Amino acid sequence: MLHTEELDRIGIDGWLESYQRKELLRILTCGSVDDGKSTLIGRLLHDSAGVFEDQLKALKKDTTRYGTTGEEIDFALLMDGLQAEREQGITIDVAYRYFSTPRRKFIVADTPGHEQYTRNMATGASTADLSIILIDARKGVLAQTRRHAFICSLLGIKHVVIAVNKMDLVEYSQATFEQIRRDCAEFLARLSIPDVHFIPMSARRGENVVGRSTTMPWYQGAPLLDYLETVHIAGDRNSIDLRLPVQLVLRPNLDFRGFAGTLASGVLRRGDEIVALPSGRHAFVKQVFVSGAEREEAGPGMAVTITLDREIDISRGDLIARPNNAPPLEHAVEAMVVWMSEDALAAGRSYLIKQSTLMAPVAVTDLRYRMNVNTLKSEEAAQLSLNEIGRIRLECAKPLSADPYARNRHTGAFILIDRMSNATVGAGMILDRTPAEQAIDRERRSRDAGTNLTPHSGTVSPEQRAARIGQRPFTLWLTGLPRSGKSSLAHALEHALFERGVQSVVLDGESLRKGLSSDLGFSARDRVEHVRRAGELAKLLNDHGQVVIAAFVSPTAEQRERARASIGAERFLEIFCDAPLATCESRDTTGFYARARKGEIANVTGVDTPYEPPRAPTLRLDTAATSIEANIARLLELLSARMLLR
Amino acid sequence: MTTFQLTHLEELEAEAIAIIREVVAQFEKPVMLFSIGKDSIAMLRLAEKAFAPGKLPFPLLHVNTTFKFQEMIRFRDEFVQSRGHQLIEWINQDGVKAGVTPFNAGTQRYTHVMKTEALKQALSHYGFDAAFGGARRDEEKSRAKERVFSFRDRFHQWDPKNQRPELWSLYNGQVAKGESIRVFPLSNWTELDVWLYIYREQIPVIPLYFAKRRPVLDRNGTWIMRDDERMPLEPGEQPQMRSVRFRTLGCYPLTGAVESQATNLREVLEEMLRSRTSERQGRVIDYDEAGSMEQKKKEGYF
Repeated sequence: MLHTEELDRIGIDGWLESYQRKELLRILTCGSVDDGKSTLIGRLLHDSAGVFEDQLKALKKDTTRYGTTGEEIDFALLMDGLQAEREQGITIDVAYRYFSTPRRKFIVADTPGHEQYTRNMATGASTADLSIILIDARKGVLAQTRRHAFICSLLGIKHVVIAVNKMDLVEYSQATFEQIRRDCAEFLARLSIPDVHFIPMSARRGENVVGRSTTMPWYQGAPLLDYLETVHIAGDRNSIDLRLPVQLVLRPNLDFRGFAGTLASGVLRRGDEIVALPSGRHAFVKQVFVSGAEREEAGPGMAVTITLDREIDISRGDLIARPNNAPPLEHAVEAMVVWMSEDALAAGRSYLIKQSTLMAPVAVTDLRYRMNVNTLKSEEAAQLSLNEIGRIRLECAKPLSADPYARNRHTGAFILIDRMSNATVGAGMILDRTPAEQAIDRERRSRDAGTNLTPHSGTVSPEQRAARIGQRPFTLWLTGLPRSGKSSLAHALEHALFERGVQSVVLDGESLRKGLSSDLGFSARDRVEHVRRAGELAKLLNDHGQVVIAAFVSPTAEQRERARASIGAERFLEIFCDAPLATCESRDTTGFYARARKGEIANVTGVDTPYEPPRAPTLRLDTAATSIEANIARLLELLSARMLLR
Repeated sequence: MTTFQLTHLEELEAEAIAIIREVVAQFEKPVMLFSIGKDSIAMLRLAEKAFAPGKLPFPLLHVNTTFKFQEMIRFRDEFVQSRGHQLIEWINQDGVKAGVTPFNAGTQRYTHVMKTEALKQALSHYGFDAAFGGARRDEEKSRAKERVFSFRDRFHQWDPKNQRPELWSLYNGQVAKGESIRVFPLSNWTELDVWLYIYREQIPVIPLYFAKRRPVLDRNGTWIMRDDERMPLEPGEQPQMRSVRFRTLGCYPLTGAVESQATNLREVLEEMLRSRTSERQGRVIDYDEAGSMEQKKKEGYF
């Protein structure tokens, strides 16, 4: 027994001393029962003395009753927890096991390898530092091997051991082992796992598990346990980006206001300047408590409470970061999601999101694709079923501090909760946005609270105003040819919203040109300026909690992108009022088109200047054949789906 | 440059504190089970740290079966008072009136009435929506699969087949009215971790954990301490004085002692490290059948 040997060597005081310095390693094991996974773990526990005598006795009893190994002890039974499952001979959930050696303490999450249990594996992988993927040497690389490796990569596991097991059944053949290694290299190249190790072993015989095998002299590497004890994980922690999600505000008395939470990443010292998100307020750290005791500094993973030098508004769900290193605040994020519910995910559904300590309503606006985990190829899909993985776009009622998961495993992760059943239905990982998306939003991002701008102290934030008014501001930007029905729709919608208790403002050419744009004519330049003013006005109104319905021809994509950037992508809904030119002309009772046709007026969109239809509008409305009432209904449906109506 | 690699105890400590805080943030009326044992004591210390310099924002609950070691009750009252915590004691009065004891009702029925039912009564009576327990996954096989936030329906029942997936440290505490959760901040701790933590933190523990000459009876190869006169003796049976200690504490007629000379924590730790049996061996309750714990947990046992 390892503890006994060590005790004899260094005595109890020496042992206690060294135990205080042990590190923790969280391991995930992937593979099916047939690969001998449970046997491997049972073997690790047994050979490193993680199994007690009375447990062994119970195990022997169980072996006779449920075992599949005959006379030998069936180590697999150590892992299979629940009675019903034991009778079926499979594990169907995540089970945790613990053992320690003189160097480290290990937590082993065991999850089944059957296809339908992707969700269990993702669960185990979410907290693992390292994963062991088992391959049966006789069978080689299977679809499930690729699946396991993909999920490990998706969930951000940095160290993977490929355990080629049952080497005793292939005559300890080096050629077999090398072939498996080559087969793995093919798909590993497409994943992002920085550290992969291959070990040939026989778990049942205990070869290359704890002790070195004598039957495979061609293998020069360490046995599994040696590797587990020495793999370097300290570097996996992100100590650069300070992220402290505020879990609780502690106010035990009037003189103490502490912000408690676990440091997701980064280092926090007394005297540091911080910024609170989403408010964007700055302050300096007055005190740092780690696990209840006052310290100079704290690092990643520590449970802290901090106090600040001034009173600023911070509550649960907020994030503390550095003024020059804060995550972007986004109402919309792209993410990979593992679906965990019998009720499929489809675009348009809404859920609760829990990201760090933030809980808020979200809507899934798009399902981009489903990932085929066997081929590692993306494919089109209308929905995601249980155990499927896909890429989605989410819109959130509150701004999310959107660190990509690849950079921050704690702040980049989220779960989705069903609002009716309260069940956890999805696990998500925020993606790094593509450079193109970033380019569009760059201008807006630079204005985001917290990144590099301090609001004047004392100003009321847009969020606070919106909360006071009790509505979520947004701009419906109606674009389309002249006489395509934008203004009529805008006024009808204003009325419909008013009946639902939402205050809105209609902006259109007529209302602006009488005042704000009265200095402008109809030259190409003046028209661009006119639309720019409309966008800026919509932004101001949104900032003050008002809903805006903007009806402007805005004929070019560039003009509309500017409006979107100015208003903010998360508040900007582009509605394409689509009617053929002929219909618009026939509707025209003012002779506007007719004069253009005669050449009496210039710069008329559709006649002598082109109209660029939106490539991907939030909504396209047929304003030629569909009634105003029907179009209003569709608009209201969109607003409900985005949770913009109360 | 300072390194911030946590030791395993520090990491477990941080994880437990985060869990405890999360419950207080997500629930209206939490309570912490306080059984007076080592796990409870360690969990309580973690809770104190979670809210320092403030006080605990929830009360402690002790389900008293009326057959606890007398020393446990004395220790409980002194300890809780010295730390300034609020303690609620709950006894199943129906069970008392019906005269249910481990001797006349059998261990299963006794445990069901005086522990499981009593606990459910207390939780319903006060309307607690979250209850912390000191159980660990390494204790028993069915516990190895239980979530940190373990959902209970309005009958306090656990459905092992229908547990919420639990990823990262994102705990889902959404419950409907009448439903609740049991929370296990020590899920990832082992018996050894708990003792090492108590050692590191120098937390006072009840002296029953240390060896002393005590009056014990040999019952089916298990040393049972006769803590009071209510325990009937077999004909001709006489308690013997032996140097024993307890690895777990519960109801004295159901808790086996081990022979030991370890009179302090350091010695207990050494004995444990050299030991070849798990702590649950001293518990009569698990003996019956593989899966007996799972059955009890489904019914609402902690």
